[in-house]
Amino acid sequence: MKDEKNFFSKFRTYMLFAGPVTLAFFTVVIIPFLYGLFLTFTNWDGVSANYMIVGFENYRTIFKDAAFIQSLGLTFKYVIFTVLITNAVAFTLAAILTSGTKGQSFFRAGFFTPNLIGGVALGYVWQFVFNNIITYFGKNIGMTALQSSFLSSPKQAFWALVIVAVWQYSGYMMIIYITGFLNIPKDVLEAASIDGAAGWTKIKNITIPLIMPAFTISVFLTLQRTFMVYDVNLALTKGGPFKTTELISMYVYKKAFTERAYGIGQAQAVILFVIVAIISITQVYLSKKKEVEA
Amino acid sequence: MLGRKNKIMGHIKVVVLGILFVLYLGPMLFVLINSFKANKDIILNPLQILGNLNIKNYIEAAEKMKYISAFENSLLITILSVGLIILTASMAAYIFCRKKWSVNNFMFYAMIAAMILPFQALMIPLVSIYGGQLNVLNKWTLIYMYIGFGAPLAVFMYHGFIKGIPLELEEAAQIDGASQLKVFTKIIWPILRPITLTITILDVLWIWNDFLLPSLILVEANDRTLPLSTFYFYGTYSVDLGLMMAGLVLTITPVLILYLFLQKYILEGVVQGAIK
Repeated sequence: MKDEKNFFSKFRTYMLFAGPVTLAFFTVVIIPFLYGLFLTFTNWDGVSANYMIVGFENYRTIFKDAAFIQSLGLTFKYVIFTVLITNAVAFTLAAILTSGTKGQSFFRAGFFTPNLIGGVALGYVWQFVFNNIITYFGKNIGMTALQSSFLSSPKQAFWALVIVAVWQYSGYMMIIYITGFLNIPKDVLEAASIDGAAGWTKIKNITIPLIMPAFTISVFLTLQRTFMVYDVNLALTKGGPFKTTELISMYVYKKAFTERAYGIGQAQAVILFVIVAIISITQVYLSKKKEVEA
Repeated sequence: MLGRKNKIMGHIKVVVLGILFVLYLGPMLFVLINSFKANKDIILNPLQILGNLNIKNYIEAAEKMKYISAFENSLLITILSVGLIILTASMAAYIFCRKKWSVNNFMFYAMIAAMILPFQALMIPLVSIYGGQLNVLNKWTLIYMYIGFGAPLAVFMYHGFIKGIPLELEEAAQIDGASQLKVFTKIIWPILRPITLTITILDVLWIWNDFLLPSLILVEANDRTLPLSTFYFYGTYSVDLGLMMAGLVLTITPVLILYLFLQKYILEGVVQGAIK
């Protein structure tokens, strides 16, 4: 602590250690964020040299834009189903894989595998499964429901997206739940058994409260990832058929880069940011309240 | 009685797991078996396994998607970005943790707050600043951006870890006249190994597989990473299924090989990263 009295040497130490991070963080995150806020008050198209300040016009446009609201609604539906199913599947898998089954670590490693693959490749893998494998299967066993591809019907294409997301994320969340299960003290479980708790009662009253921290984390992660999903959406359905599976991230992308409405696109992105922030903070707050100490 | 019931339950569990396992890995298996087949054989019967290992699709796919070049780009971008995130974030976290200057506190909390920002809220201004105004859309800019996006989580994780390192270790060295930088490199850095490993794993998986950011920044075809070249390849040749399947296997394999060797560390790293 000897020579940090004067401002100059303090400055030098700061720049040496934190200078690069500060520079990168400001130029990549902070300045673009502020500039982005400014863009929402303009009518810039991303190309021309001139633009005008339009005040809150862009925000007004968004809330009158039925397609935006629809895409947002679709995204909510997608997020709700994906988060619920993914966490249910992951929780079940983790429960089975911590109960002393043969080959536990082999199964754990296997279920996690989809998470290693990028969203684009995943989307194409499943496109092949939906278009070729399942339809072939349907034709051979004579089930008409399976004979046309899920991806060509608006209703089913939505479920195709949910299936792929569950398949992709449940292995990841399973790993988190497994850690949660392993952290439950053995003596608490034994005490509960001696007191006569078994089966569902034991799960509901002992396991679930003690595993709340894992719930908090997994739900938070699935929420964030599914709300902003883009690459799987692009590779699997491209938003089709007839724009019926255009999730919000793709909608904003198209608004900005295809339709060249930077101001409106950015205003939508800001709205998204606010929604994500509110949901995440509320969720963490609510589940933190439910956590108990063992 | 109880023993027998448990045994039956055990068998049921293994069967359920087995079925789920097939569902999980099935899609990848279908891609693999069809990657050796000609288009017409796939249409005829996508479930059939043909005995011959015909690698014609692979050679053609590798050539058409410029596999080697894309692989090299992915490798270069991932290694440099992750290396730089580790280097800069560990140093910043150290100074944030050890010096209670107001600027340090401000930066630290600004970074934590920024973690909630979805990338989509920044992509439009990023493209218009780095593309329209500075005109520097290339892989070096991309690497620089990864430092900006990767730093907050890395700083946060390093910060939590460094807090737990006792001060006495450093004080002794400081009395001996070692500079702050020397204390960091000689004493702190070696202790950081486990957390460095965790951050490396998380960031490698993220950057290697990232699509949206590189698709906006890498405008030159020669700069394309694996996810990008897969995307453009699929868009151009999607009628030839055999070729597609071979391309997908080529894209997926590198990570799976890494996973085969580092499985334990990857699973642990993911948990550590999530809990923090």
